[in-house]
Amino acid sequence: MAASSATMFDLSLLSLSAPGWGGVMLGGFVRSLELAIGGYCLGIVLGIGGAFGKLYGGPILRDLLEVYTTLIRAVPELVLILLLYYAGTDAVNQLIGLFNYGPVDINGLVAGIFVIGVVQGAYSTEVLRGAIKAVPPGQIEAARAYGMPPFQVLRRVTLPAMLPYAIPGLSNLWLIATKDTALLAVVGFSELTLVTRQAAGSTKAYMMFFLAAGVLYLLLTLVSNVVIGIIERRARRGMADPV
Amino acid sequence: MSEHVPALPVYTPPKARSLLEPHRLFLIAVFAVIIFCIVWFMRWDWIPQYQGRLLYGIGQTLILLFSTAIAGFLFAVPLGLVQVTGPRPLAWLAKGFCTLIRGTPLLLQLWLIYYGLGSIFAQYPEIRQSFLWPYLRQAWPYGFVTLMISFAAYEGEVMRGAFAGVPKGEIEAAKAFGMRRFTLFRRIWLPRAIHRALPTLTGETVLQLKSTPLVATITVIDVYAVISKVRQDTYLTYEPLLLLALIYLCLTGMMIVAFRFVENRIPTRGA
Repeated sequence: MAASSATMFDLSLLSLSAPGWGGVMLGGFVRSLELAIGGYCLGIVLGIGGAFGKLYGGPILRDLLEVYTTLIRAVPELVLILLLYYAGTDAVNQLIGLFNYGPVDINGLVAGIFVIGVVQGAYSTEVLRGAIKAVPPGQIEAARAYGMPPFQVLRRVTLPAMLPYAIPGLSNLWLIATKDTALLAVVGFSELTLVTRQAAGSTKAYMMFFLAAGVLYLLLTLVSNVVIGIIERRARRGMADPV
Repeated sequence: MSEHVPALPVYTPPKARSLLEPHRLFLIAVFAVIIFCIVWFMRWDWIPQYQGRLLYGIGQTLILLFSTAIAGFLFAVPLGLVQVTGPRPLAWLAKGFCTLIRGTPLLLQLWLIYYGLGSIFAQYPEIRQSFLWPYLRQAWPYGFVTLMISFAAYEGEVMRGAFAGVPKGEIEAAKAFGMRRFTLFRRIWLPRAIHRALPTLTGETVLQLKSTPLVATITVIDVYAVISKVRQDTYLTYEPLLLLALIYLCLTGMMIVAFRFVENRIPTRGA
């Protein structure tokens, strides 16, 4: 009994070289980070497009975007990830089949980034739409009155001016993105959570490995919070403090 | 020169967006064609065979959702309250708990509690011989506890804001009426805080519904697990998942309508 609880927290299992699983776990952590960053960036690109489509697009585009955001936000991420992971890789293979190439193995990382990006895109569409609406319309009208073409208005006025309103929502989305990467463990993508489970399963030291992974995720969250604080202070410079 | 005061432009409310605008009719037709194709060309003959199990799974999902949400809310009230008025160490403890749970993925917490705690429990003969063991050997207590803790942490943060946001005057008025601290809490502070938190509570409950399928990864049978079984049995990839998405869509919709009904029952002053 005493021996088994000693092996349960045998820290040498976390060492970076071969008998320990530390290196494997760090590798999984890096893949989780890649997923989160890639998915988040794709989500923001989709979100900017979606927000502008919802605000300035035609009636059909608006309704389609409404359907997109409603569907994505009402269905569990796990189900979406399964659907998009299979459907996405399948669609690419069908498309390649049209050009008479054999089926290819889709890189798991690309598929994962695509899935997380599509899910994040729905949420960031709503965040960015709200932020753009919070920009005083006079500023955008002034930019148009100067004769700026639409893309320049976007780049020089709308995007910078909406940033302080968007940052709280976007930083929340970043934290959600880092935690959503864990769901890809269910489709067998070896990110931190799945790697941890494999390590725990083969050494039977479940508690220690899951706690170690928890510490990594928590560190990521805490570091993100510090960075977000710095960015927020910079974006809000010159504005009145929120009450 | 008469002073001509320009008349204020007559306010015309924006046209209510109706479902029957031409472009919408077109979109509805397109979606109807897509849905018809899905129903017609995909295989749905497995549904009658699994009907009973699907309904059972939906029931399990709903039970899991409401039991964890209610239990989690009971924990969230003290978590929020302590952060607003409690002694410093308790407030720090509550804040640390919320940060810890909100900073790590739910799937990791679930596996930590199921595999980690489960393997530790199994080592102690005292626990194995106790009356709790028949329950601790099953998966659902671990799923229940994890979901409850997660809901408590997220909702505790909401309740902290809600408690802090109740106007001071109302609490002072209650004190002036000579209410004791507990009466004040029961009659004024808590109901007002819940009222303020209700819109967020709707969102949190929808999020909780969307987290329930994770318990299928630790062998709890909910609707997601039933669908996984269908996929294994029939080798179909998309059909069961599409049905699952539809089921969750309906559940979310019904929950939002129900919460809106409750919200509208509470009288509020305002335009």
